[in-house]
Amino acid sequence: MTRKTVLNESHRALGAKMVDFGGWDMPIHYGSQIDEHHLVRQAAGMFDVSHMTVVDLHGARVRPFLRRLLANSVDKLKATGKALYSCMLDEQGGVIDDLIAYYLGEDYFRLVVNAATREKDLAWISQQAEAFGVEVRERAELAIIAVQGPQARDKVIGLLAEADRERAGALARFAAIEVASASGIPLFLARTGYTGEDGFEVVLPEGQAVAFWNALLEAGVRPAGLGARDTLRLEAGMNLYGQDMDESTTPWESGLGWTVALDEGRDFIGRAALEAQKAAGVPRQLVGLVMDERGVLRHGQKVLAAGGEGEILSGTFSPTLGKAIALARIPAGEPGQVRVDIRGREVPVRVVKFPFVREGKAQPGVLA
Amino acid sequence: MSEIPGDLKFLKSHEWARAEGNGRVTVGISDHAQSLLGDLVYVELPEVGASVEAGNAVAVVESVKAASDVYSPVSGRVAEVNTTLADKPETINEDAYGEGWLFVIEGVDEDQLAELLSPDDYAELIEGEED
Repeated sequence: MTRKTVLNESHRALGAKMVDFGGWDMPIHYGSQIDEHHLVRQAAGMFDVSHMTVVDLHGARVRPFLRRLLANSVDKLKATGKALYSCMLDEQGGVIDDLIAYYLGEDYFRLVVNAATREKDLAWISQQAEAFGVEVRERAELAIIAVQGPQARDKVIGLLAEADRERAGALARFAAIEVASASGIPLFLARTGYTGEDGFEVVLPEGQAVAFWNALLEAGVRPAGLGARDTLRLEAGMNLYGQDMDESTTPWESGLGWTVALDEGRDFIGRAALEAQKAAGVPRQLVGLVMDERGVLRHGQKVLAAGGEGEILSGTFSPTLGKAIALARIPAGEPGQVRVDIRGREVPVRVVKFPFVREGKAQPGVLA
Repeated sequence: MSEIPGDLKFLKSHEWARAEGNGRVTVGISDHAQSLLGDLVYVELPEVGASVEAGNAVAVVESVKAASDVYSPVSGRVAEVNTTLADKPETINEDAYGEGWLFVIEGVDEDQLAELLSPDDYAELIEGEED
């Protein structure tokens, strides 16, 4: 059965082309995916991401629980509202999901996990939580609107209650606060996103999401679909679960080593497997690719590198760069002269550091 | 949905063909096809002079979303390709039945066109595809 977010009718009224996305009926674009992409890079756009799952964790031992559950260390979270990006691993070090954890109190953390992995995640989290006496509460009644782009914060702040504006303006990156809109809607305002631009992800009660969406429209924020969200996140060098990593890959093989905290004495799930793989030598690596020839890199294309064959995980045409970009998994070691097999033709590509684009600008080395 | 010009013939796979006389046929993809694909970003065209067979994949159009084969509606030889698409593939989005043409086939036995869908039949086909 296809699920619908509370904004489904709003999308249709705005002329969205709807597609099935992990069992959800979601807007892929409202006319032009590329125009929506540029809008987010240059001004502001908003995305309905209410299909994502908010999970609240309550209990006296919630911090020790998350020290066990997550590969990144919640000990980094010291100020209320601060957020942490982390993988949740199985005992083999495979990635069950990636998520954001918000520290809201010593007995209260919030997780935001992917839509497509919802049931698996809830089952795993609940199973692990039992030993810690932590209550796992899915907040299906909450909607999420991501407002992203250089003008996004100003647009959102303009809709807040007068008394909350200064605090929202001062909110640090990767942190969240509770505020209210001018009309009194309670908002969980997080300075996070999935586009490589500044902005907010706004979590709010489902019943008031349409009103807030309409207020954003009136403030001049245009909607953007999941199509633009995908090209924006890939330009920003951000992984997509299920495409760039899953249970068959470790964070080391997925370009996510930076999210693993091997802090002294913390026994998180998957740690032993990760340490063993590191000691033995990680067999594969995730690299960023740019193609200077015309064409489009796509998921599943074969990659030929010095160490052997690999494959494209996420590939697309980058609207900002005007070239194809990709994340690929190839054998460890020097990549050498890398080529991609496109319909039987071996096309040369360059291995580059990612993000490819950050805050509207191509990163050094990306455009050759 | 823009109107379908009456002088075109169609394949079910959304290519159009227009007889230009002297055994020459211009080929493109339908307005419906471009709207399904979304913003086009790359077009791979056949070599001028190449022989093509009706029903074979001879070109590729790629949008941000997907790559899609283009089948030749007729057999013959490639006489011309629309080289302006290399820099402006979005022309297909803007004018699928005009400036967004893909290639011209020559030496075509025009009887082949009789086997293709009429504009009305094609309109009916795509109506059936939409919800």
